[in-house]
Amino acid sequence: MNASTRSGLDIGSGTLRPCSHPPGARGQGIGHVRALSAALAAALVACLLILAGPARAQDHAALVQRFATESFNDIVGAVNGLATSGAPRAAPIIEALRDGRLVYRASDRAVFIRRPDNSFVSALSGEPAAEIGTTRPVRLNNNVRRAIDAAVGALSLLHPDPARRASAAEAVFKSRDGSALPALEAAIGQERDPRIKKLMEEARAAVVVANPQAAEADRIAAIGIIQRRGDQDALAMLGSLPATTPPLVREAAESAAVGIRRTLAVWEAGQNVWHGISLGSVLLLAAIGLAITFGVMGVINMAHGEMVMIGAYTTFVVQQTIRVLAPGLMDVSLFIALPMAFLVAGAIGIAIERLIIRHLYGRPLETLLATWGVSLVLQQAVRTWFGPTNREVTTPSWMSGSIEIGHLAITANRLAIIIFAIIVFATLLLFLKRTPFGLQTRAVTQNRRMAGAMGIRTNWVDAFTFGLGSGIAGLAGVALSQIDNVSPNLGQAYIIDSFMVVVFGGVGNLWGTLVAAMTLGIANKFLEPYAGAVLGKILLLVFIILFIQKRPRGLFALKGRAVE
Amino acid sequence: MLIDPMETQLPADPVKAIERPQVVTQSLLYLDGVSVSFDGFRAINNLSLIIAPGEMRAIIGPNGAGKTTMMDIITGKTKPDAGDVIFDGQIDLTQLDETAIANLGIGRKFQKPTVFEMHTVEVNIEMAVKADRTVFGTLFSRQSAAIGRRVDDILGIVRLGDHRNRLAGDLSHGQKQWLEIGMLLAQDPKLLLVDEPAAGMTDVETGATADLLKDIARTHSVVVVEHDMGFIRELGVKVTCLHEGSVLAEGSLDQVSADERVIEVYLGR
Amino acid sequence: MMLTRFLFERIDRGGWVFLVLLGIAAVLVPVLNLAVPPGSMFHVSNTAVGLWGKYMTYALLAIAVDLVWGYCGILSLGHGAFFALGGYAMGMYLMLQIGPRGVYAHPTLPDFMVFLNWTELPVAWWGFSSFPYAMLMVALVPGLLAFVFGWFAFRSRVTGVYLSIITQALTYALMLAFFRNDMGFGGNNGLTDFKDILGFNIQSQTTRAVLFSLSVLALMAGYLVARAIVTSKAGKIIIAIRDAEPRTRFLGYRVENFKLFVWTVSAVMAGIAGALYVPQVGIINPSEFSPANSIEAIVWVAVGGRGTLVGAALGAGLVNFAKSWFTGAFPQGWLFALGGLFILVTLFLPKGILGTFTDWWKRRGETRKPPTASPASQPAE
Ligand SMILES: Nc1ncnc2c1ncn2[C@@H]1O[C@H](COP(=O)(O)OP(=O)(O)OP(=O)(O)O)[C@@H](O)[C@H]1O
Ligand SMILES: [Mg+2]
Repeated sequence: MNASTRSGLDIGSGTLRPCSHPPGARGQGIGHVRALSAALAAALVACLLILAGPARAQDHAALVQRFATESFNDIVGAVNGLATSGAPRAAPIIEALRDGRLVYRASDRAVFIRRPDNSFVSALSGEPAAEIGTTRPVRLNNNVRRAIDAAVGALSLLHPDPARRASAAEAVFKSRDGSALPALEAAIGQERDPRIKKLMEEARAAVVVANPQAAEADRIAAIGIIQRRGDQDALAMLGSLPATTPPLVREAAESAAVGIRRTLAVWEAGQNVWHGISLGSVLLLAAIGLAITFGVMGVINMAHGEMVMIGAYTTFVVQQTIRVLAPGLMDVSLFIALPMAFLVAGAIGIAIERLIIRHLYGRPLETLLATWGVSLVLQQAVRTWFGPTNREVTTPSWMSGSIEIGHLAITANRLAIIIFAIIVFATLLLFLKRTPFGLQTRAVTQNRRMAGAMGIRTNWVDAFTFGLGSGIAGLAGVALSQIDNVSPNLGQAYIIDSFMVVVFGGVGNLWGTLVAAMTLGIANKFLEPYAGAVLGKILLLVFIILFIQKRPRGLFALKGRAVE
Repeated sequence: MLIDPMETQLPADPVKAIERPQVVTQSLLYLDGVSVSFDGFRAINNLSLIIAPGEMRAIIGPNGAGKTTMMDIITGKTKPDAGDVIFDGQIDLTQLDETAIANLGIGRKFQKPTVFEMHTVEVNIEMAVKADRTVFGTLFSRQSAAIGRRVDDILGIVRLGDHRNRLAGDLSHGQKQWLEIGMLLAQDPKLLLVDEPAAGMTDVETGATADLLKDIARTHSVVVVEHDMGFIRELGVKVTCLHEGSVLAEGSLDQVSADERVIEVYLGR
Repeated sequence: MMLTRFLFERIDRGGWVFLVLLGIAAVLVPVLNLAVPPGSMFHVSNTAVGLWGKYMTYALLAIAVDLVWGYCGILSLGHGAFFALGGYAMGMYLMLQIGPRGVYAHPTLPDFMVFLNWTELPVAWWGFSSFPYAMLMVALVPGLLAFVFGWFAFRSRVTGVYLSIITQALTYALMLAFFRNDMGFGGNNGLTDFKDILGFNIQSQTTRAVLFSLSVLALMAGYLVARAIVTSKAGKIIIAIRDAEPRTRFLGYRVENFKLFVWTVSAVMAGIAGALYVPQVGIINPSEFSPANSIEAIVWVAVGGRGTLVGAALGAGLVNFAKSWFTGAFPQGWLFALGGLFILVTLFLPKGILGTFTDWWKRRGETRKPPTASPASQPAE
């Protein structure tokens, strides 16, 4: 109550400061608009409060005066009083006390703060004091220190920085310290951020639940608030009630805990699905190019992983160039890298097709071996050029950070990769279905000779289809450079997974690839907590090996004579 | 090359096999109400056909009528969606795979001649000759004089004696046809399914093939698919005309070729 | 009697040359190594004995790969797994021979188990202190794995590249598994620091020379077994399966059984090769399972000539000799060379060195003889 009054006085005295501006804090960090609106709202409240119970600056003077004593008990009283007073200079005074820099003048018991440079300022006004004569420090003992700690917590509840307020509320939630209650009430009264207000109310609820003196009905109502919070901390709080708690309260706590566990399980499943989708997107990106070369053309390209790697190295080179030529473009570097990677990997793919694979059509096993050879050469070439160690690729600022939805943490880079995977997939699908090139590709893959007879240049269709698959692998490389080490071995890490995805999904079917990638991604994330990452992966491999026995052509198999 | 699991799965559901009414027939091969579709396309539609022991039957019909698919079903390559395929009175062929069916005594010559190209003509025949077909049996088998004589006989019959040491892959198309017929003979099956044996042969060779088949038919049951009407006439046996997966007409060649619908869809006016 | 008949009827000229040369090497190399003083120009150095011994085991692996790939058309990208499993079985025996001489001087447990605070031998290790048991496992473990894997795969008719890919997945999964410490096979570091084998010091030159000779003998035996298989009637059927699998089926042969047979035999051979490899190199670790190793074995066979057993062995020797030379002379260049080899051999030398040579020889000898057809398969309709 005092705090609100105080801010009202601030407005009244004409200093335009944020309403919840606690003593001594540097509130300039907050945006003006927000400060203004908060101040206006506070002024409104203040007007009412001034009528109800005026508090004056003199009160604060008296409070501060109370530090000028030798009695520890009085000092503790002064700390508590100041902390809940909402006095603007409470924080610097208490901090000074904690550091042993609070002193009072022997002559008139005026209280000063000694600054690190040994100059003094008035504790009350914060104005420099020139000549102060002999001073005595305000004394500290453990009781005082404890009071200070509580006071600091209480003061943080009023801190202008919302993050500080939030963490202070969280601290109270965890400590469930009854002494913080008055400060908490005060803070709730003037909190404007609904998110923080909610945290504070939860903290208050925690204090009430933990307080054996509180009325049972209040405690049960508080349990309801905690259940609504519904996270691990809430669960811990409900589980920590002492055995002496009245049975009714205990029962309420237990049923609330059950409810929380249930919702948490759902959220956890949601989080797993989310992680699974993001892993699935990575798999999809890595595999989709393979789905074209293997699925559509029937070519086993063991160098596919190296196309991904080349995409990642292209990103590195692009960023390196930008760093030198136009550092300001760093945030859009990925958008420059994408077409570059597509072109570079695609061109290498076309070269491989023209020089090697073209001679091996209809001999899949030989193709497999030759392209494995290509992959060795490419790896070694990159190793020789760029060195064997990891290369650093910068993550643009818009790809870092995260948002929270309920108990779901959604990181920007995962989100970006998922969106990117969807775009690539959709574009590719449209491209193959709707463009003349796509039609020609399908014609050639279904009946090469007939397509040739109809005037389709099968050679070029082959080369461009392979180039397309490789180019998409290059795009995948750009995305993977953001989440994986850019090293010559990057591709090797993905090739087996990619093959698993394509084979699992069914060859020649992009939708199958999508479903397979997502299924494997999600399954992996659900297995991980139980089996660990490595064992989970082994289990999936074994699963696919068994699955192929049952359905040798994958989930979405083409049927009929054409495939034999 | 992969085989579609849909086409090759072994009986997955034994209960179903038992529930099925036991069909016992006097015929060697009995197809009743057989249907199969590929991705919605009905290649065989409620087909019924009976081959008596010792009978030779000619099958005709336009391209895509389902003649080859019918053979696929009999030999276990394709599993029918519905219907019974009974061999030798009581053996349900739909429950068996290709190997088992071959070992029951059903031999097949493919429409496109298929021989072992990296083996010599002689070895091709030798592998087909009826003998122990297990792994260990073949692993420790010795060249027996009896088998050698049989190979010689067959090479004589199909007139490939001079080519016995050539690789099968080097033979001409017609020679491969003959070789495949020879392999079929060597198997000594109860029922021979011969898909377009005269395709790509000269008139003289076609005649010789017809003679050979007639000869074989004296001791075996034979089903021949052919488009060559002269060849069919020479065989002089009962003819079945298939169309869109089912029987359009059946009877002597004259009867069938007088049938309005057969003329409509196949022979032309 | 049977054997002499076999030797004279079924081994061709190349095979005889191969066997005789190996026989000479088995005797001569140890003699030149042990009896001829190091200064002499006829002396074979210790390193050479070790290196060549290793090549012999690789050659045996190559014959195993050739048996399934060259003759049966199954391109296994996972034969390294069988090799490594045989190696691990041998390694486990050797580990238990260390006894209390380990760093931690534990009377029974290998060092890495003491390090992991294990108190007793895991079940998988029981019996491995017995040499006969370990040797049984050398054959049984790869054989059993191959049998089970093949039984499922061949019955479901998984063929071609699909089979290749799942064999690769198999060895990859095993690699991941063996990297785990709690699998109980030494994790990352694998098994090493062996002391002796059957009571003989594994470091001593005599033991090493004997191991060399044993490897040569195993290679000869492997060759003979493989040769016996491919020249039998079963061998003809196996080749028939490679060229026209459905046709073989319609002749009444159980294709899956034939495949399973060669596949399992081949895996056992690979396991034996691995078991001989480990005491000579002194270590086995999970990287032996890496898919790259298996594919490298394929290139040996491709270089030497698939479908020719001698060629496969030759290829293993040549490629590995080149590898040793390259890694000494231009360490950077080896992967370029190996990659290039894959490409060039598949493009320009599909029959490998020996196959191409034999063709040329035949054509030179009797021009009347028809040229051989390519092994392209003619699928049955
Ligand atoms: N495995 C399959 N998948 C898809 N369609 C098939 C398959 N097998 C057969 N068909 C279709 O079934 C129909 C019948 O084919 P089938 O080969 O039996 O004809 P046919 O009577 O032998 O013709 P032809 O005289 O040209 O040899 C054709 O339309 C063919 O495309
Ligand atoms: Mg047909």
